[in-house]
Order: sequence, then structure tokens, then C-alpha cells
Amino acid sequence: MDRVLPQPTPETRHFWEGCKEGELRLQRCTDCKKSYFPPRAFCPKCGSRDVEVYKASGKGFLYSFVINHRPRPDMGKDPYSIAVVELDEGPRMMTNIVGCPQTPEALQLDMAVEVTFKKESDEISLPLFQPVKG
Amino acid sequence: MKPGSIAVVGAAETTEMGKIPNTSVIGLHADAALNAMKDAGLKPSDIDGVATAGISPVELAHYLGITPTYADGTAVGGCSFMLHVRHAAAAINEGLAKTILITHGESGRSRVGAGRFGGSPSSLAGQFEAPFGPVGPPSMFTVPVMRFLKTYGYTVEDLAMVSVIQREWAALNPRASFKDPITVDDVLNSPMIAWPFRMLMCCLVTDGGGALILTSADRAKDFPQKPVYILGTGESVETPMVSQMYDFNSSQAFRVSGKKAFDEAGIKHSDVDHLMIYDAFSHLPLYGLQDLGFVKPGEAAAFVRERNTAIGGKLPVNTNGGGLSYMHSGMYGMYALQESVRQMRGIAPAQVKDAKISIAHGVGGMFAASGTVIFTNQS
Repeated sequence: MDRVLPQPTPETRHFWEGCKEGELRLQRCTDCKKSYFPPRAFCPKCGSRDVEVYKASGKGFLYSFVINHRPRPDMGKDPYSIAVVELDEGPRMMTNIVGCPQTPEALQLDMAVEVTFKKESDEISLPLFQPVKG
Repeated sequence: MKPGSIAVVGAAETTEMGKIPNTSVIGLHADAALNAMKDAGLKPSDIDGVATAGISPVELAHYLGITPTYADGTAVGGCSFMLHVRHAAAAINEGLAKTILITHGESGRSRVGAGRFGGSPSSLAGQFEAPFGPVGPPSMFTVPVMRFLKTYGYTVEDLAMVSVIQREWAALNPRASFKDPITVDDVLNSPMIAWPFRMLMCCLVTDGGGALILTSADRAKDFPQKPVYILGTGESVETPMVSQMYDFNSSQAFRVSGKKAFDEAGIKHSDVDHLMIYDAFSHLPLYGLQDLGFVKPGEAAAFVRERNTAIGGKLPVNTNGGGLSYMHSGMYGMYALQESVRQMRGIAPAQVKDAKISIAHGVGGMFAASGTVIFTNQS
């Protein structure tokens, strides 16, 4: 079964284009400098329409998670993490932590993680995160 | 709203509760509505305002043959009914309608005439949450909890204790789905759903409904039941995506809604005799106790462990057994309101002796929204 995939809108297309090209793109306000997510054409803090897209570091830490033991059919048969990562730039995003066992022992809150992209279709690569090695 | 200016004069749940395979969603709304009208001594033609969520107020009004001058279709999840009460109180005071019916019905278990869960893949949640594999509330509503536990030094045993104490309350309720006692070990040995959540930390999935009828306090005295007055109300909304909740350690919507209701009612926390906190999962009463200000942040788990919310405790919470043991159709807020009304009427199966003030606090979606209603039986 094909994985459930996002359908980009005009306001979010830059984000998904970035993922396809291996870049995690955020937006920030050129007035108040706030970085924010998910994408929109204005700053959610001050309401300014003067915002820009930029390439984020792709680094952050594991903020919270569950390990889903009742897999959705498109996600395979094994338990998997549904996580929220806090990016170094401030915003948080939902993701899966990959590249480590999907156990409470391996998934430690506050551990450093970095983005990795998983190609799912010609249009969509999903931003997943893995523990930073070493 | 002027405290005490509006009263609940009709309140009822569906005739059956739990597994109702022979009734559709709209049928459950109607069954609850007819029971509430009977409770209030009213006919559909006496109702001039309608409010509901899950179905449209248009469907409700037409199905029951009501001609309303007021319709509220606010749908922000399971606490929608708290918001309906709040809006109805304002509407009656403003003269938009005199007698407002609020209904809930949901075929959560049997799925008779029920819609589908989930949004479009182009919605924000469809783009930025759904691709990562959540399977409804058990693996979504629970996402903030690991952070919450770490911040306050709480444990999975603390989550389990909420379920244990609510089961004790459910044992007193003949209509509760689950009544057998459970221990912390039982909870921690129940099937894993989404770490750290075990099955017994998650709500039931059942069929049922409920309805309320509100009118002005002036008129309420002429109705057959003891009026239950509305002292204060609050509401707020926060985020359609649990991952974007402003702070995983606290619900902003809970804080805003709760404060608004307390300010309006002009009461202190120590005045509250009975509390309902919507418990779709066992972490919610812990958030609720903190965010409503009954305990300081970090003190909720000990407050529960020390049996303050249990039978004989100083703040009885979720006395019907809650969504964890009584029933949970999907939008549980109506059942929290019903239990508050029963407590204020003095007819609850687990009646809190001499209770004069009760609060029903609801959550909508997954920390998406909140509504709070403060009731009293004192005019």
C-alpha cells in the first residue's frame, strides 16, 4: 500500500520543493525575524506579509514522541515513532525518527537529530530525522 | 453573561448506552433530544433554538420538526457542547431565542450512519502530520506526553493511576461500560497502543448521545426539574495540529477557557465541589488540574495519587467513570456536562454530598479547542 502523502498547496509548495531537492526550508519574518512553521504567506507572530524562505540547518532535538504499536497499513508492520522535533531555528515539526531502534531506550528525549529525506514519489520526499552520530 | 441568569431545565442521555447497533447517528441525537424534552416537559414546538456538532443544526431541526430562530453549528470537537452552552446562554440573554436544545449523538462503536474521520491531504494536518503515520487520537493526542512527563518528573505509573481511580468511580455507575476494579499493574500490563500509552489509559469507543435544554433563570422555576444555573463559561481554540500546540507542558486553550469561566463566575477554586475533566486519555486530567489552576504545575500526579480526586477526596473528579470507563462516543463533552447536571440535581449514581458548584471542562480535537461551564444549584 502506498504511503499517505501530502498534497502541496501554493502556500506550502516551497517546502515540498525543498524536500525534493534535499533542503529543509523554513520561513522567517523580515520584520520581526521570527522563524515559523508550517508554511504560510505571512508571519503568525506579527502579521507581516514581508516574509522569506530560507534553508534551515536541518538540526534539532527530539522534543516528544510516541511509538505507535498499531501500524497504519501504509507504514508497514512494525511499531514506529511518531515524533515532534524542535529545530535549532525554533519551530517544531512532526516527523518519524529513523536510523535507530524504535524503542523507548533508543529514543531519548532531547537527543540531537538531523534531517534526512525519504523519496516517496516524483513529487514528494518526506523530511524524517535520525540521531546525530557520535 | 450575568452569573446565574440562565439555567438547564432539561437534561438526558440516550435511552441505551454503549452498543446501540439499531440506531443511526441522527437517531441517537433524536433519542437524547426526546428524553431531554420529556425531562423538561416540552414538545419540539416549544423549542426555538438548536445547537449541535457532528451533524448540522439544519439536520437536527428538520428531523425533530423544530422551527428555530437560533442555530449554532459550532464544531470544534468533543468540547463543542460546552461552547454551545456558552453561546446559548448569551443568545437567550440577548433575546435570540427562549428555549435552546443542544444535542449530541454518535455511533462511535457501531458506525451506523456515521461519517469518516480525517481531513484532506492538502490541509495543514494532511501535509505535515498525516504522512508520518498517526492512526487517529491514540497516536496523536498522546504525542505531547513524553515531554510533559519529563518536565514534571511524572511517570507512566502516574498516567495509570488516573485510570485506576476513575474505574473506582465507574464501579458506582450502573450505566458504566467497565466497572471491574483495576490496579496500576493491570493498566501497565494491558496491550501497548502507542508508547507510553497502554489500552487502559485510552478511552472507550461506544455509542450514545445526550441533550440539554436551556432557558432563562426567570422561566426555569416553572419547569418540573430542579434548575441548574450557569455561573460562568469559557472557550478557546488553539491549533488544528497537535504538533503545533504552543507548549507541550500546558494547554493554552485550557488556561484561557478556564480563566474566563472562573472570572465570569466570580468563584475561587476552593468553592468547587465537583469537577469533570474530559478524559479521552489518562493524561488529560493531569493537564486539566494544572491548567485550570486546581494545583500548581508539577503537582497534579501527586494530587491524584494521594486520592484527592477519588471517592471521599476533597475534589471528586470524573465521577461517572469518565471517558476511560463510563463511555466515549467520540465527542465526550456532552457526557461530562450531563454528569455535572446530575450532580447539581443531586441524582448522580456517585452523588457528591451537598455539592453546590460543579465544573465541566472539555477538550476538542487533540488539544485543538476547549470549553468550560461552571454550574450551580443555588439560585
